[in-house]
Amino acid sequence: MRKLDYAGAIREATAQEMERDPRVFVYGIGVPTWSSIFGTTKGLPEKFGKERCFDTPISEDAMTGFGLGAAIRGLRPIHIHIRVDFMILATNQLINMVSNYTYSTGGKLKVPLVVRAVIGRGWGQGAQHSKSLFSNFTHIPGLKVIAPTTPSDMKGMLTAAIRDDNPVICFEHRWLYWAEEDVPEEPYEIPLGVGRILRPGKDVTIVGLSWMNVEARLAADILAKRGVSVEIVDPRTLAPLDEDLIVESVKRTGRCIIADCDWVDSGFSAELSARINEKCFGRLKAPVKRIGFAHTPAPTVRELENEFYPNARTVVHAVEDMLGLEAANLDGEDFFSHERRFRGPF
Amino acid sequence: MSFAREPLPKATAIQLFKSLYLARRSEEYIVKHYPENLMRTPMHMSMGQEFVCVGVCSALEGKADVFASYRSHAAFLAQTHDTDRFFSELYGRTSGTGEGKGGSMHLAAPDQGHILSSGVVATQIPVAVGAAFANRQLGTGRTAVVFFGDGACDAGVFWESVNVASLFKLPVLFVCEDNGYAVDTPREARQVSKSLSDAVKPFGADTYDDDSGDVESVYSLAKEAAAKAHRDRRPAFLNIKCCRYLEHVGIGTDWNWGYRDQATVEREWIARDALKTQRARLASHRVGESAIAAMEDEIDKAIQASVKRASQAPIPAPDRLQAGVFHEKA
Repeated sequence: MRKLDYAGAIREATAQEMERDPRVFVYGIGVPTWSSIFGTTKGLPEKFGKERCFDTPISEDAMTGFGLGAAIRGLRPIHIHIRVDFMILATNQLINMVSNYTYSTGGKLKVPLVVRAVIGRGWGQGAQHSKSLFSNFTHIPGLKVIAPTTPSDMKGMLTAAIRDDNPVICFEHRWLYWAEEDVPEEPYEIPLGVGRILRPGKDVTIVGLSWMNVEARLAADILAKRGVSVEIVDPRTLAPLDEDLIVESVKRTGRCIIADCDWVDSGFSAELSARINEKCFGRLKAPVKRIGFAHTPAPTVRELENEFYPNARTVVHAVEDMLGLEAANLDGEDFFSHERRFRGPF
Repeated sequence: MSFAREPLPKATAIQLFKSLYLARRSEEYIVKHYPENLMRTPMHMSMGQEFVCVGVCSALEGKADVFASYRSHAAFLAQTHDTDRFFSELYGRTSGTGEGKGGSMHLAAPDQGHILSSGVVATQIPVAVGAAFANRQLGTGRTAVVFFGDGACDAGVFWESVNVASLFKLPVLFVCEDNGYAVDTPREARQVSKSLSDAVKPFGADTYDDDSGDVESVYSLAKEAAAKAHRDRRPAFLNIKCCRYLEHVGIGTDWNWGYRDQATVEREWIARDALKTQRARLASHRVGESAIAAMEDEIDKAIQASVKRASQAPIPAPDRLQAGVFHEKA
């Protein structure tokens, strides 16, 4: 097997599905241009032509309706938004149209539409280029929502999403594009709605979302040195949720921290916490704890960004707090900085 | 202007009459029976405007992919003539277009070319553009047609959609059922442009204005516009003046709202009602009164039979609530 990064996994899954099925096409603002959405669509226009990989006007609302129309009339569109913040302009179509036409037509219409949305902080991105908004979409019946963390998960889940006859929103944290690991070359599907234990452990369960799994992994390594065994569960699909996997893990460990890269208030972490409390009541040794963004718009200046975003440090201290351990001195630890390009580990 | 150049063939004139009559009588049934409270879905009646959908859908001879607004009845019946599934849906039965889950605003019979209707103003417009793209890629030869009111032309997505259709060289028929009001707000209070067509033209669509109130004019216009759209690979915008006889939503008249004058509407529109005009036209084709009455009787009986079948069809079982949120692989 060869190593492939997350962007490459997206590109490979897309190209393989376009090869396999001539109905698949990919479009969105800037999609066929030089920058090619962090390299995820690089080479596709040359290989598949301008009718199957194309740019659009800055008309997110119309181009989402366009995707719906193409999908219900026999094509399999992939619509890409380089920031989820821009996808807000598409929500009239996604929430009022795309999500409910299968249901309200008694199954006569199927909507095989994939919408890819880039999320996450970059470098001083501020309030309008850094959101996640998971719960805005998991709240809506009729939408499938995925947020793969690893390159191999991304390849298999995007393949499954493209082959799915329902609308799937795929959240991609921009810092993950550089993550590398062994990824099979041949096409494969990872079924949507199935979570994954990224790291087995016994003292505390961390349910990580997207990028926060990377931070949780770093935190787990640090905590392991102090004899704390952390289990990391990556739901991978947010809707429909693999609730059993999470519940079983929390029942084993008796403790749960939800590490989200989104706002905490009314966020997806609130949904997870509610379900864990409903299903694990009596087995919990401590209240479920949630980690996420500060409840402010995202600031730009680095010093405030560092306060706004949770990271491995936040996770370590949350675990210490939950287990009644003293806060460790983390000065010697090597934390992630996006100023060094991310290369793993996975 | 009118696009009726010369009399259409007798068979076409008859077909247009029957289609108008079907839509009108179906809605007259609704008006009569809505108060029974068995059709519990908000109705945005087409009455008075039917000639727009009937003219366009008839012209495209079943080769249309139709997208409609919540004012969906005439569009649905003009395209499908399927009163069975129509009334079943209004009565909330499993035999309806959406198994009772869609109602009046979400009629859909994609197998018959009525793809969907939508309850939020203008939302159906870009969907038609995507359908036109799929039709081109798959070589279906079908024409995407979208019906909407002049209120939808207030919305940004309308302009985005015309731009995209032009840019991508897609032969979409954008059909504006221009009744002059968004609920009761007149067009002048909402739009700067005196002429919608003049505003649309720079976006690269061929534009047509029809104020004839005549189904044969709309029929001829739609034939011409669709042929040109396919030939020149560009969209067409058909601005067709019409009049909604009833209130925005519901089965009553709205003369007491005070936003339009009953006498003026009666003089300018109801006096030249498209159905009446078309019925009178049949005489010039030497169709006798008894033959016309027989056609009407046949349609009335078909409506009665559909209503009966609908009322006897099963109501969805409670477990259907959770079914069909997602499309399951067969």
